[in-house]
Amino acid sequence: MILSALGLTAATLASAVPARRASASSGQLLAACRVAWEQGGQLVALWLSDERDRDRGYCLRVLLRDGEGLTLLEHTMPDGDVQYPDLAAIFPAAGRMQRAAFDLVGIPSEGDDQRPWLWMASWPIDQFPLRRDFEAQAKWQPGEETYAFVKVEGEGVHEIPVGPVHAGTIEPGQFRFQVVGEKVLRLEVRLGWSHKGIEKRFESMTIAEGGRLAGRVSGDSTVAYACAYAQAAEAIAGTTVPSRALWLRALLLERERIANHLGDLGALGNDAGFAFGLAQFSRLREDTLRTNLAAFGHRLLMDVVVPGGVRHDLADEDAERIGIECATLEREMRILRDIYDDHDGMQDRFRNCGRVPPDIAVKLGLTGLAGRASGQARDLRCDFPVTPYDTLGVRLATSTAGDVAARVAVRFDEAAESLRLVRAILDALPDGDVHAPVAQVPEFRQGLGYVEGWRGPVLVALTSGPDNSIRRCHPHDPSWQNWPVVEHAIIDNIVPDFPLINKSFNLSYSGHDL
Amino acid sequence: MLHILKQIAKSGIRTESAPAPAEAMVVVARLQQAVLRTLGRALAIRQVDAGSCNGCELEIHALGNPYYNIEGLGIRFVASPRHADMLLVTGPVSRHMAIALQRTYDATPEPKLVVAVGDCGCTGGIFGESYASLGRVANVIPVDVEIPGCPPTPTQLLQGILAAITVSAAPPP
Repeated sequence: MILSALGLTAATLASAVPARRASASSGQLLAACRVAWEQGGQLVALWLSDERDRDRGYCLRVLLRDGEGLTLLEHTMPDGDVQYPDLAAIFPAAGRMQRAAFDLVGIPSEGDDQRPWLWMASWPIDQFPLRRDFEAQAKWQPGEETYAFVKVEGEGVHEIPVGPVHAGTIEPGQFRFQVVGEKVLRLEVRLGWSHKGIEKRFESMTIAEGGRLAGRVSGDSTVAYACAYAQAAEAIAGTTVPSRALWLRALLLERERIANHLGDLGALGNDAGFAFGLAQFSRLREDTLRTNLAAFGHRLLMDVVVPGGVRHDLADEDAERIGIECATLEREMRILRDIYDDHDGMQDRFRNCGRVPPDIAVKLGLTGLAGRASGQARDLRCDFPVTPYDTLGVRLATSTAGDVAARVAVRFDEAAESLRLVRAILDALPDGDVHAPVAQVPEFRQGLGYVEGWRGPVLVALTSGPDNSIRRCHPHDPSWQNWPVVEHAIIDNIVPDFPLINKSFNLSYSGHDL
Repeated sequence: MLHILKQIAKSGIRTESAPAPAEAMVVVARLQQAVLRTLGRALAIRQVDAGSCNGCELEIHALGNPYYNIEGLGIRFVASPRHADMLLVTGPVSRHMAIALQRTYDATPEPKLVVAVGDCGCTGGIFGESYASLGRVANVIPVDVEIPGCPPTPTQLLQGILAAITVSAAPPP
């Protein structure tokens, strides 16, 4: 996208991947989003910040991605009765982001759908937690909220309400199925139940402290968030991270990917009635987590990645153990993949189930693993490789089928590729330090971290405050893009296939609700 | 079919013996020994995520893997609080989830046990108490056992769950 053609002036933006920023009027914002869409770009994230203390009113930030990198458009609005253009007509995923931004900062878009998204009457509707004069510890008596679910009418249509407490061990969310017989006409998801004030909490922390919280935005992606946060902090502090630490981060990211794919492949087998799959894959996952504990001191690898590098170096004997484990996993996964592929009953459940064709995936902005299973051949490790991915040459896993079977196949392919990457990292791991000091950061510096987590791209946008504090931190999970597509994937499928379809995406609630 | 059986045979039995109950995790011993004997180890658990980061859920899932084999101990996870003897609750309790958690507790028949899981469930953890978070589970419903950790390992989870059903403390006042 050529910014000057839109009358925009690009400035550099501190980031590990190519990134630039530009101030945009509402007209320029809309025009830039249209051009980005026409040229095949995607919306990465949209968030608001309260800048009244700097006499800058409120700032809307819209982050776009194309083949060249990231473009952050900053639209400043005066304090008062203001609105900004509705971007959901161009990027449908913007709709919920705009609603959430209103709930937290109080500036509405011009969109038609002004229903709350994260607000559930736990605080007054005219109070906005991410305004700088909002007291984080304030407590109110909860009120009543009636969310206006869209209703489908007609003969024989009935509604199945589910949640927020679910039947399985999963996160809280609410689902309304409108069905005829067993066939789903429409699904509407209501999220926000897990909102625990993460963005406000960041603002009470120093940049050094924030890494721990970033690692708890979504526990299953703790390495991805910790890496993205560290990248953002290092970008604004100008830190040169030792290369051994960068290689170890990639090792940790790939191990997180392997562990999650193993867990999902087992659960998907189980949801298709094949308990053998769960027993086998959960055994392999447990082996992986035990190796994590032995090598890095934490089963899920929490708090291993910190700004400046990593906290645990890899001992030689642990490197050897990981190498041996790779060989075992490769062998076992080949056997299990053959069993899955040959199992007619299971394949019958997987194929054509929860299908998202590539054209719908483009329109809705499907991203990450699920996107790759619907023909969206994008992976940050390939598109904007940072060290060591630039030398490792990640092989992209894709499919165009877009069904549960495709999402299973992409998981198998990616896990196998991650095992190859782990071996390659162990073979070429450079010597040296694993941590460098992070310098004091001046106030109002803005930086981005952007990492391909196992689910998809994870963003952390960080702005510094005085004395190395966090002024604003916005983490963005790929689940924001993909939840609305789950609603689409279930249409015309039967209700009993929903758990399978939902699991094939396996989206984060906590990472979305913040 | 043959290669499935071969894989099962090759995998062997991986189940490890259960850890000893961790009595230190017991906050209050509310249930009479007689009741505990009735429940024994035929325990039905309803898990409730009241606002966690999902890290605790990953480790609760791991309890079902062949190594911990929680069902082999007679303990199973059920789909409704009405079928449950125990609520296994992760936190922090988001304000949005407070009513849902309270209703789940109310729907669980007496005698019932509540186990708070993870640093967040026990203390509010890194999220603490705020406009959006009520912090520890005990701020919303009565808690019998607390299992700290971020997240607790499956072994620690088992120690806490077993402590809830085996501890021999003084009867409640």
